Amino acid sequence: MATTTITKTEKLVGKRIRRREDPRLITGTATYVDDIKMPGMLYAAILRSPHAAAKIRSIDISKAKALKGVHAVFIGEDTKNAGAVPCGASLPGLRVPHHNLLAIDRVYLVGHPVAVVVATDRYIARDGVELIEVEYEPEAAVADPEKALANDAHPVHPQWPDNVAFTFHQEGGDVEKAFKEADVIVKQRIVSQRLIPNSMETRGVVADWKAAERSMTLFTSTQAPHLVRSLVAQILGLEENRFRVVAPEVGGGFGAKIQTYAEEILLAWISMKVQKPVKWIESRRENFLCTIHGRGHVDFYEIAAKRDGTITGIKLKIIQDLGAYFTVLTPAIPTLSVLMMPGLYRTPNISADIVGAFTNCTPTDAYRGAGRPEATHGIERMVDMVAAELKMDPAEIRLKNFVRNEEFPFPTATGLVYDSGDYSAPLKKAMEMASYDQLRKEQVEARKQGKLMGIGLCAYGEICAFGPSPATPAGGWESATVKIEPSGQVTVLTGISPHGQGEETTFAQITGDELGVGIDDVLVLHGDTSMVPYGIGTFGSRSTAVGGTALYYALQDLKAKIKKFGAMLLESEDVTYANGQCTDNKTGKSVGFKEIAAAAYRAMKLPPNTEPGLVATHFWEPPNFTFPFGAHLVVTDVDRDTGNVTIRRYIAIDDCGNILNPLIVDGQVHGGVAQGIGQALWEQAVYDDNGQLVTGEFMDYTMPRAHMMPWIESGHTITPTPVNPLGVKGVGEAGTIGASPAVVNSVVDALSTLGVRHLDMPLTPEKLWKLMSAGRNA
Amino acid sequence: MTESITVNINGTSYSHEVEPRLLLIHYLREVVGLTGPHIGCETSLCGACTVELNGKAVKSCSMFAIQADGAKILTIEGMAADGKLHKIQEAFWNEHGLQCGFCTPGMIMTTKQILDRNPNPTDQEIRHGLDGNLCRCTGYQHIVNAVKAAARAASA
Repeated sequence: MATTTITKTEKLVGKRIRRREDPRLITGTATYVDDIKMPGMLYAAILRSPHAAAKIRSIDISKAKALKGVHAVFIGEDTKNAGAVPCGASLPGLRVPHHNLLAIDRVYLVGHPVAVVVATDRYIARDGVELIEVEYEPEAAVADPEKALANDAHPVHPQWPDNVAFTFHQEGGDVEKAFKEADVIVKQRIVSQRLIPNSMETRGVVADWKAAERSMTLFTSTQAPHLVRSLVAQILGLEENRFRVVAPEVGGGFGAKIQTYAEEILLAWISMKVQKPVKWIESRRENFLCTIHGRGHVDFYEIAAKRDGTITGIKLKIIQDLGAYFTVLTPAIPTLSVLMMPGLYRTPNISADIVGAFTNCTPTDAYRGAGRPEATHGIERMVDMVAAELKMDPAEIRLKNFVRNEEFPFPTATGLVYDSGDYSAPLKKAMEMASYDQLRKEQVEARKQGKLMGIGLCAYGEICAFGPSPATPAGGWESATVKIEPSGQVTVLTGISPHGQGEETTFAQITGDELGVGIDDVLVLHGDTSMVPYGIGTFGSRSTAVGGTALYYALQDLKAKIKKFGAMLLESEDVTYANGQCTDNKTGKSVGFKEIAAAAYRAMKLPPNTEPGLVATHFWEPPNFTFPFGAHLVVTDVDRDTGNVTIRRYIAIDDCGNILNPLIVDGQVHGGVAQGIGQALWEQAVYDDNGQLVTGEFMDYTMPRAHMMPWIESGHTITPTPVNPLGVKGVGEAGTIGASPAVVNSVVDALSTLGVRHLDMPLTPEKLWKLMSAGRNA
Repeated sequence: MTESITVNINGTSYSHEVEPRLLLIHYLREVVGLTGPHIGCETSLCGACTVELNGKAVKSCSMFAIQADGAKILTIEGMAADGKLHKIQEAFWNEHGLQCGFCTPGMIMTTKQILDRNPNPTDQEIRHGLDGNLCRCTGYQHIVNAVKAAARAASA
């Protein structure tokens, strides 16, 4: 049995409890954006540019407007005063392109919205789009960040001919000295390719303007409803207290729904124009083209090391493919890679440079891991290369360079303070599970028989629980309100906005334990700005570590008040509250939670200086990030004839601090690993030289499917964080961050007998087959 | 121009006048009001819209409503009976076979077909059976566990 039945006094935290959100999801009765229907609702469809760079000579909307069922057609000229897509990130000297909701005189990526048709149903809206005639004057485009930075590149934005959006430099220690005194220096160019997040639910919006009330309701598939509310209200000049944003059931996000998108602003604006509710649902093709992409790095690494394997310095230059314009975090993402660049290692000397390059492509932004997978992939590939250079075992070099247990809190050369850790523990555990020494012997035998067997390690760290407000673009705290109803049932309102992560369950576990009530008496609500206090949302593995902590403190406030009412009812001054009972420490007499709740609302009598009711709100500002870590070990076999990689064993040992619900944590690790393996082996957003997205559908973009995934053997070590009282670090992104370097290191290890030292992702059969065929011919 | 169709869905007979171009998924969701089956791609590649039609799992985004005239359809809404979850639904719940839940109705309908055809599938048979359904959250492992648990429950 995967799940546990809970009796009331048993502790809930730590149990494999099945999720409380599931009944609506497994019966098909959950409400996603596209399930919302309103009286008189109209449907919008968007005409998008087929060119990556073009001037718009003319737009003829007359035929579309004449179509029966079409209510309105809007073009860029109509929306030019309706604002622009916002960017929340700020960097010194950052060039921020103005991105109109609809293109005005030029388009600068395929998928750029050009016109929108509003009609009585979605079929007619799409018919209307077909009837719009646009005359374009195509121009040369640039779709590769390195080419964009070349002298003769076509400018994405004419006002910035060098295609440079920003440069960024950071250093710590004395990197030049480290390189001067190094015994070995290893250099490598490493690509973290563009990926497409592809949540199974695309984006979608229903906007409903009520003029008489000056009120806007926006249902949108988002990870951050309050941020959407603040930004769209500000952009459209609407009153924030009359602007309600609802994230209903959200079908996955993976970072791609943190942003405030053009369509959210546009639909709100259209609803005001047509005075009716309007729905827009993104097609999958639009999702590929117009929802943010992830990664898009070209990294140039140099590592300085001593002969004994001590890593003394890291130099990194990142060329970040930003795309044509910015969404809310675009330029900030590579700065996270810089923060994470030392990985789990003590390396005191670093130097990093970022060049942010405009391309005629979809904007990049936060995709599961956001900057940290790129950094981890880089350092973990490099460490393997240094080990190979020094003829050391990859495990040995890692163990040698890890931050030591007694060094926490550990200040990194990049300015972070790692909270807590036992970095060698997960690596040793993974090696033990795999019988590492035995595996290496087996590999020697396999190689004698000409087989390509690889063993890959990755020891990863993360920056999670975003984060201290000064280090975030929109505040990094989180809020929780707990209402104990007169009946004794408990309602939790949280500012996070889960969309699959299971906090309706884990937050009920925390609440049940703290208040001593059964899990069935707790309801966790989220995602509606008219219902929950202002919150930041769900991303950056922050929900439990930051939102759960806000909840924890709200519960402490309530417990103090419960004790006051309990003491009053028991006519005692010395009481204890535990397991849902308030007990007089002298007499042993007790009064139950429900009785106290009823008394707090009936208010026949009140404790001194105490108001009626049992409601508490807490806003929690985290003093630091948390730093989960772990080790993945992957055994692969590469087929010489086909280039196909088979993952024989996948071992994932993660340390995310304390675990509230192991069932949910396992699920997060599995899903993360799938996306990391996807990047390592199959996934890639491919643009041609004209800026056309070649992998623009599920037919062309290889998503991991059930038969492609290995069995994941997951395990944990537990090192609680001192940053929050729950001791939790976060686990949403761990699997993704650990997986891609572990898989690539394994495949490179398998091919090392052919002289392979490094390979860029994805390691498709075609790529490996070509490589091995070339080897055979030579 | 419309055509009339009669379809039995989850045991109830429906008759409607529909445009020939109306996709079955839009008919189910917009006309009949069954929003359990989801639209993930409109190209038959993701499986979120999977329903059972005349005993076979089909992707309802890839056929017209008029092609379903006279058919017997089972959607996710018809799986639970008499207020009791279907064993497959219970198994997905127990095994944490879902996270965001968007692919889940399709996964459950596909699982029904896998088990109808083979009550005791191996892991590999389960994975191949699920191949037409994409999930971005779970890495499939807990879904495979759920299918196995459902098979065990059915044979118990």
